[in-house]
Amino acid sequence: MNQENMQEEKSFWEKLLAIDRRIIFLFIIVAIALPLFFKVSMRIPVTPVAEGTYQAIENLPAGSKVLASFDYDPGSMPELQPMAEAFFRHAFRNDLKVVIMGLWPQGPLQANIALEEVFQDEDVKAKNLQYGVDYVNLGFTAGNEVVIDRMGHSFEESYPRDGQGTPLSEIPLMRGVRNYDNVDLIFNLSAGYPGTQEWVQYAVDVFHVKLAAGNTAVQAPAMYPYVQTGQLSGVLGGMKGGAEYETLLGIPGRAVRYMFSQAIAHAVICLFIIIGNLAFFSMRKRRAS
Amino acid sequence: MRREVPLVLTAIVGLTMIVSHFIPPFNILKDLFEDWFFIIAAFAIYLGVLNLLRVNADKLYKKKPDAPFGLVVILGFLLITIPGLFFSGGRSFSDPGTPFYYLYIHVYYPLSATMFALLAFFVASASYRAFRARNVEATMLLVAAFILMLGRVPIGDWMTAWLPEGYRLGEWADWIMDFPQTAGQKAIMIGIALGVVSSALRVILGLERAYMGGE
Amino acid sequence: MSGEVVGVWIGAILTLGIFSFLYKDNPFYKFSEALFVGVSAGYWFVVTFWQYFLPKLIDNLALAYTVLAVEGRIDYHWVYILGGGLGILMLLRLFPSVGWLSRWSLAFIVGTTAGLQFTRYLESNGIIQVKGTILPLIVGGDLNTTIGNIVIVVGTFCGLIYFFFSKEHRGAFGGAARIGVWFLMITFGALFGYTVMSRMSLLIGRMDYLFSNWLHLIG
Repeated sequence: MNQENMQEEKSFWEKLLAIDRRIIFLFIIVAIALPLFFKVSMRIPVTPVAEGTYQAIENLPAGSKVLASFDYDPGSMPELQPMAEAFFRHAFRNDLKVVIMGLWPQGPLQANIALEEVFQDEDVKAKNLQYGVDYVNLGFTAGNEVVIDRMGHSFEESYPRDGQGTPLSEIPLMRGVRNYDNVDLIFNLSAGYPGTQEWVQYAVDVFHVKLAAGNTAVQAPAMYPYVQTGQLSGVLGGMKGGAEYETLLGIPGRAVRYMFSQAIAHAVICLFIIIGNLAFFSMRKRRAS
Repeated sequence: MRREVPLVLTAIVGLTMIVSHFIPPFNILKDLFEDWFFIIAAFAIYLGVLNLLRVNADKLYKKKPDAPFGLVVILGFLLITIPGLFFSGGRSFSDPGTPFYYLYIHVYYPLSATMFALLAFFVASASYRAFRARNVEATMLLVAAFILMLGRVPIGDWMTAWLPEGYRLGEWADWIMDFPQTAGQKAIMIGIALGVVSSALRVILGLERAYMGGE
Repeated sequence: MSGEVVGVWIGAILTLGIFSFLYKDNPFYKFSEALFVGVSAGYWFVVTFWQYFLPKLIDNLALAYTVLAVEGRIDYHWVYILGGGLGILMLLRLFPSVGWLSRWSLAFIVGTTAGLQFTRYLESNGIIQVKGTILPLIVGGDLNTTIGNIVIVVGTFCGLIYFFFSKEHRGAFGGAARIGVWFLMITFGALFGYTVMSRMSLLIGRMDYLFSNWLHLIG
């Protein structure tokens, strides 16, 4: 009897391991898609590194200039776009001046999309923000880290005009902004190369300017050494980082909403790993006995 | 000539870039070399594109089994290139409202984003089939991954709500990221830095010639 | 039907085309994949032309020509012809008989990258990181910081020992290397967890696009 049960149990685990991977795909689709239909509010704990990014911006006095570099494309939108919107809400709430640029061709476009969203907020509308005075979009310039390096000497060298073709000398916000000495903080949203690492290497360590960043979850862990040494004030990591930033601001948005899907998906992955290992150990035990 | 000129070129350019860091007047030459770098990089991209078109045109010419898809590659290339070069307002080609922007948002972006999203499924399938706690090291990797995956979403704190504050899964994830993970990343980072420095020196001094290929 | 609605439908159909691979390889997926390859190549071709080729080469040569035509003197911008020449040499790679000339362009690229990265990696990723690892191992009255510092110093040191492959990992050296491996395993586990988070986020984005932008099932 024991031998028969062992045969059944063995075939059960083997069957489980040999399950068609399309079943696994179906589980993932349901785990991701179903929670999107439910508005579940979850408490989002804030990590110290995200707090670092928030405080770097929060501690700036009104009127401070922030250079915001948007170094990502629409492919990273789910992770970085919520951070972009939260950043603009934070900056405008604290009356900071924002100089937008991008080392990726699509970056400044993503900034404009975030601005369009943020400008619909009543309290932002009430501020009556003006292009060229409160914010400006310099657009994209090709050159990767070379651009970062040259901007340390002169912004006009890399950006003689803004994204709309207006010479920098004619933009009120850019008067007196010659190089990094004239900005109070760099805020970088990065999805790869060129990105936060290049900003640390060519701006922070050469020109000693302060930097706070938001990264995709894939590259966020690699930024922790920079936070530990103080080269980076803080880093927001992936969609969770966006949710943390929204929580700190007190304005929950898309990232907080998506966290329910994220949580269920992670739980499902963990479950798969547990089942796979249970099957593995069970089969190994069978073979040993 | 075939090998000597490139070696001398590498040495001159590499040394200029390094020396300009210490002797500022060399920055004029550095800026010039950086601009040439981007011109050559642009041609490198054109080389890749031309090669891609050549390979797919060859498929069509030789009537290979997947020739129709070769045609799709070429047509896809023309679909975005022609509007981008001729019908999208020149240098403001990527501004919202241009045909290029439209194709970018509704063709390129969905394809690109979905290709990356496919990885989510394969990560799940691979985790199920291959992620095994076979030994101590693999178990450590597994446990760290578990703590991070659950600790970084609210589920982790919900599961460990019975523990005192400061000892829940979220805080464990924070501690792992701030200390052991950072230590490992620092070791990797310093190792890579040493590798880059030594490789750069070998390349500039002509000791490393693999980039030139054979012959 | 507005252009935007048509665009969303095109995007949704192409998204489903790529996703169809999850069931099995099929002509719909192959079409979407081939289209992606072609459109990607075209996208970078256009961006490179307007953002690199034109401003870095053509504009500089045009400036040099203008100075010659108007002022009758030779401007230093003519030197960009050499850059353009090196670029054209790169294209010769397509022709086997003269492909060896592309080595000159490659040598330039490699030299520039090596020179640029030499100082930056040495300082930012080497010296500053080593400096950040020199931490006090005992911080009076602060157990958390003491433990944290010990973990960082020991972990970084042992991790670096592991990467030293010129000496056999035996004895005390081997023991330290083993501890280094443990720290690296924790690092890779964290990296795996974050990679899962990132991939799931991308999938959430696509699902939201399909259910919200396309089907309008989610508000």
